[in-house]
Amino acid sequence: MTAASLRLALVGAPNTGKTSLFNRLTGSTQKVANYPGVTVERKSGGFVTPEGRSVTVLDLPGTYSLRGRSPDEEITRDIVLGRFDGEAVPDLVLCVADATNLRLTLRLVLELKRVGRPMMLVLNMIDIAKRRGVTIDLDRMSQELGLPIVTAVAVRKGGVDELLKRTDEFLARSHEAAASEWTTPTIADLKAAQREADRIIAAAVTLPAKPDTLTSRIDSVVLHPVWGLLVLAVILFVMFQAVFSWAQPAMELLSDSFSALGQLIHGVLPESWSLLQSFLQNGVISGVGSVIVFLPQIIIIFLFILLLEDFGYMARAAFLMDRIMGGAGLHGRAFIPLLSSFACAIPGIMATRVIDNPRDRLTTILIAPLMTCSARIPVYTLIISAFVPATTVWGFVNLQGLVMFGLYAAGITSALTVSAIAKFFLWRDHAPAPFMLELPDYKVPRLRSIALGVFTRAKMFLYRAGTTILSMMVLIWFLASFPQAPAGADGPAINYSFAAMIGHALEPLLRPIGFNWQIAVALIPGMAAREVAVAALGTVYSIEGGKEAADAIGQVLAQKWTLATALSLLVWYIFAPQCASTLAVIRRETGGAKWMVVTFVYMLALAYVASFLTFNLAQALGLH
Amino acid sequence: MTGDPNSTQDNLQDIRLGRADRGFVGKIIRLDALVTGSSLSPQELEQRLVEMGFVEGARVEILHEGTIRRDPIAVRVDNITIALRRSEAMSVIVERL
Ligand SMILES: Nc1nc2c(ncn2[C@@H]2O[C@H](COP(=O)(O)OP(=O)(O)OP(=O)(O)O)[C@@H](O)[C@H]2O)c(=O)[nH]1
Ligand SMILES: [Mg+2]
Repeated sequence: MTAASLRLALVGAPNTGKTSLFNRLTGSTQKVANYPGVTVERKSGGFVTPEGRSVTVLDLPGTYSLRGRSPDEEITRDIVLGRFDGEAVPDLVLCVADATNLRLTLRLVLELKRVGRPMMLVLNMIDIAKRRGVTIDLDRMSQELGLPIVTAVAVRKGGVDELLKRTDEFLARSHEAAASEWTTPTIADLKAAQREADRIIAAAVTLPAKPDTLTSRIDSVVLHPVWGLLVLAVILFVMFQAVFSWAQPAMELLSDSFSALGQLIHGVLPESWSLLQSFLQNGVISGVGSVIVFLPQIIIIFLFILLLEDFGYMARAAFLMDRIMGGAGLHGRAFIPLLSSFACAIPGIMATRVIDNPRDRLTTILIAPLMTCSARIPVYTLIISAFVPATTVWGFVNLQGLVMFGLYAAGITSALTVSAIAKFFLWRDHAPAPFMLELPDYKVPRLRSIALGVFTRAKMFLYRAGTTILSMMVLIWFLASFPQAPAGADGPAINYSFAAMIGHALEPLLRPIGFNWQIAVALIPGMAAREVAVAALGTVYSIEGGKEAADAIGQVLAQKWTLATALSLLVWYIFAPQCASTLAVIRRETGGAKWMVVTFVYMLALAYVASFLTFNLAQALGLH
Repeated sequence: MTGDPNSTQDNLQDIRLGRADRGFVGKIIRLDALVTGSSLSPQELEQRLVEMGFVEGARVEILHEGTIRRDPIAVRVDNITIALRRSEAMSVIVERL
């Protein structure tokens, strides 16, 4: 950033398209979705205007007022008021409004005017307004507000051309920032501002004679007391079935390609290079490959979540779940963070910033890691496909998909239970926090942004496979291969390795829950990321078992483990805090190590107890 | 703004939005955050309601109700839809249109 670079800040009510504008201006791919409260952090980016000015632009969390009632809204307030550490006041505030829904933003505009910064109003989503027949008298509105106004379509190429032009014009002139008159608005101020905003809207905006009723027609089913819940259940059910059935062909293709690749390497390298051969085949291909195989499933789960988010369903799901979650002591707004945690707990925990009450926010953070994140999918899938037959039950349900659904349900149930217990013991006197959420109009999901979103996640997954997982695999391969077996020793060479020593040392701890030393070895690197455990098992068993094992880790497991062990490991993965990055985020978001330790300990304890019960019960039932 | 809920200012035809049924269409007469079961202070609750567009004169319509005890409700406030619980909606005094 040069000293000459001008600073823009995007401010506005939630869900008005600030991040879409930011992405369009800077070419970034920050998260965009159709519900309020997507952005919870300040994001900075740069671009050059058509006239060659270099500009730094800040994307900020949406807010209805500068009052800052939750952590995300405080960021916006502090930036606008110039109170944010290490960030100068913006030279130009771009106030972004949804042209179809001006009431709340215009009130915010009136509040922002009092801050005295140079400002421009961007009427975004003008495409939707036009399609619905809403006409806006821009000159009149600009005159009433005393602000320059431009229209924009953030999601369309060229949709910000006028904005760029006007920004250039604006920046060409010099602007004196007025002194800030802003004080926290009182209720009377807010009401007066709202009346003024309504007056301006009445003067400048003409609504069509026939309002758009699509959203309310969809909602009459989706928010119906009975059908609504049914729709939600069906959506979740189809999602988990799809993760299993649709991904299958692609996964088989990938896993066949990897074993072919392994064979190829085996064939190409001379026999005397057996160490390199083993490294590539067992360490890299069996290890990393066994994780990459799950890419199709990751893509499907993200596809579903992104579609729901873009369509506008998430806020509806929060509405449907509010009372049910309230019964477990959770805030209605906890639903979206928890549903995002199906993808990954880290963005889920970040998303809790929209919850204003600190206790509600903390409870949500504590249980978010119990939601079944996508990193568990490889572990679950591996074990399920090895131990559960792919039969069809009740005529149409894939049994493996059903077990998967059960694991998700177990995650959700345990999260709700933990929350209820936490509420009971920690903050019994705490009355339920209010739930107020804007339900946005439905939007047709945009193919490009969905594709981009899926692509970004897939890339992240592969990147992790190439970095974290690969480096862990190198380590595991090394530990599992050295020291090498003495000449003439019997049994697999791995029995003499460091890995075996570590595994055997841990085994007594884990034997009560049915884990053998190979699992013990896999659990440690599995702390880096859950799916590493799959890769580690792949490497350990393929070094132990040789070529055949490398091809079919699932079959090897089916031979070597009892069903009781498999079930116990599945249950372990529902609860165990096997993810260092999640713990780090909890530490950051709660501002200290205390709650991170609490999370780690309670999850570990739950995992151990639940696995112990599962293993012993399964054994008692004779499941071998 | 009224203080005591039993004050004579309460007209008989006053309806609290939190008690209205689905399909109700009305206009906001005033806010009275003192008598609700909300965990927020009356001041804070009123402020939030105003921030979401619940101000005197706004047209409200109850579009949808939740499954359990018909809670929460989705309310059309002028031209936006807000989901909130009945306990908070109790503070919104409306008249039927
Ligand atoms: N049709 C249309 N859709 C838009 C436009 N701008 C944004 N959207 C959609 O509006 C929704 C909200 O966009 P975001 O960019 O996430 O909004 P935001 O203001 O950053 O929201 P928060 O971060 O929650 O405050 C997304 O579904 C976008 O695809 C536009 O100009 N036209
Ligand atoms: Mg945003």
